[in-house]
Amino acid sequence: MNKTYNFAFFDEGSKREIRRATLKAIAIPGYQVPFASREMPIGRGWGTGGLQLTLSLIGKDDVLKVIDQGSDESVNAVNIKKLVSDTTGVRTTDSTADASLIQSRHRVPEVPLQKDQILILQVPLPEPLRGFEPSEHETKKLHAEREYSGAWLMLFEKIMKYGIMATDADHPVMVHDRYVMAPSPIPRFDNAKLDNSEALILLGAGREKKVYAVPPYTKVSSLAFDDYEFEIESFTNQACILCGSNDVFFDELVDEDTGETYFQCNDTSNCLEIVNQKQSLGVK
Amino acid sequence: MGYVAVKGGTKAIEESIKRLKYERVHKGTAIELHKIEAGMRGLIDQVMSESSLYDQSLSAIAIKQAEGNPEEAVFLLRAYRSTLPRKHVSRIISSENMKVVRRISASFKDVPGGQILGATTDYTHRLLDSELEKESDKSIQDWLRAYQEENRSTEYNQKHMDDLNNLPKVLDYLRSEGLLASCENNDLQPRDVTRKSLEFPSKRSERLQILTRGQTGAVTSLAYAVIRGYGALHPTVGELRVGQLPVYLDHPLDDGQEEDSYYIGDFTATEVEMLIPLTVEKEQGKKEIEFEVGYGMCMGQNETKAIAMGILDNCLERPNNEFPSHNEEFVLYHIDSVESTGFISHLKMPHYVTFQSKLDSIRKSKDQTTEQEVGLHE
Repeated sequence: MNKTYNFAFFDEGSKREIRRATLKAIAIPGYQVPFASREMPIGRGWGTGGLQLTLSLIGKDDVLKVIDQGSDESVNAVNIKKLVSDTTGVRTTDSTADASLIQSRHRVPEVPLQKDQILILQVPLPEPLRGFEPSEHETKKLHAEREYSGAWLMLFEKIMKYGIMATDADHPVMVHDRYVMAPSPIPRFDNAKLDNSEALILLGAGREKKVYAVPPYTKVSSLAFDDYEFEIESFTNQACILCGSNDVFFDELVDEDTGETYFQCNDTSNCLEIVNQKQSLGVK
Repeated sequence: MGYVAVKGGTKAIEESIKRLKYERVHKGTAIELHKIEAGMRGLIDQVMSESSLYDQSLSAIAIKQAEGNPEEAVFLLRAYRSTLPRKHVSRIISSENMKVVRRISASFKDVPGGQILGATTDYTHRLLDSELEKESDKSIQDWLRAYQEENRSTEYNQKHMDDLNNLPKVLDYLRSEGLLASCENNDLQPRDVTRKSLEFPSKRSERLQILTRGQTGAVTSLAYAVIRGYGALHPTVGELRVGQLPVYLDHPLDDGQEEDSYYIGDFTATEVEMLIPLTVEKEQGKKEIEFEVGYGMCMGQNETKAIAMGILDNCLERPNNEFPSHNEEFVLYHIDSVESTGFISHLKMPHYVTFQSKLDSIRKSKDQTTEQEVGLHE
């Protein structure tokens, strides 16, 4: 553990200030609370929002899991984990069920979250209305007035152009029937996991200096029309080549020898757990 | 080709960090920090200004660690700065108290107190000096001795040194002539953007703070765009000063009498007051030209940046939707080194999930088009 720095890198005053913003975010689900985002030892845009939340919340007894686009082993996840454990000495884990704090970039784990867990999502662009309104001053007003016609029109225009909503990751959601929120670029597949979640979900945008939250048991619905329903990514009739799961989000891979496409769980730790479970049960 | 997250990250990172160190040291010579401090004043000043942390020694470490890359050095210092608790706030510093080492005005030839060129590259010929290849500590010391001999303290020098600590401001002269509206001192506590995030419309103290921390190149480019045509200003350098400003702290328990405060040191700064002519409409459509001031202040000797800051300060005082350079969100959100370089470089991170999601969308929209085409043919 690196003793040059205070426990969890920040001075206590900074941590308290970030927690205060977080409490406000929890009190107003889906509302983006501005906070004095600090410069971090990792790059802006590399998860500094999530990292600041993690560092402000982490205690000596916490168990930390960090995932980057589904993988615990991805370079950036490894790097963040290393920074947190270097400055706190807390235990890290790959297992979703064992973690008390889960920092994630762009995925909600496949294993359902529990009520004593906190999921922290890294957010590159927190403003769901930025696509049609570049000004922060204006989008703040639109949220205050609950003026979301622009968000609906964005979807409508896509349907007119492409015949489908054609959104990819970061499909906007309505939180607690009040705020339209960017769920961070999680795939549409994960949107449903935000709804009525047992765990607290916090979202941190370091560069854009915003914190927002989906408290436990909050209604979260993906924006959609009655006649054009919200659609998740489809992996019809596909199963993971390693564990055989078929109700998860996949990475699409190409076999270099045969040139054939195959699929593999994106959530690597979940995949591994299933494989191990099957092996211990003697299933081939 | 596969869209799977990079595996084996831990090991790869360890090796990559080793390789980075190798690149820094592979020529087998260590660059000593005092040499960086002695010979890289320009880089140190730029790094301190963009980091908003005034400390030559820490800057030198950052520059060494970053192998001289300012973007990386600023990043290191900013991250370090985040861990420092804010224990004191200095007394208000008045820039009239600057110990001037350089001072020029492009507006008046004959400014009270005179023009003082000081150290500047402005009038050097930019010819690569091959003599520097041979420069040694000894040749430097000989030169220094001769230079000091030449500038021995005389009565004349002493008299003028005193003047330099109290030079009148060019703008005060304009005010006394009635050409520039006088303004009240605004000694309100500034809003600190590192303690409270920026909200719009912004306060001037926030704008000045972000401009002075801005990346030198970004601030310069935007101001350049302004005077080239993407802006509505035609500025002149009213006064540019470089010198040392003294910093005083109040005793934490005292009620803050000036004479009880503690002097804790000087810092070098560049201060610029730009004069910007403006047409104002008076009664009955009569038009008059008045001067406005754009203010630039940077740690260290960073003259181009300070001038550019002065230009942008005035731009943001006069919002104009015709030009992005007059739009505070456009300027203030995009000039920070750590933010812009961080977000640009984050594009190197894996985007496998988001890309998979986009692939799905593209495939579905292609299916839609095919279906529609089939529908048309039927």
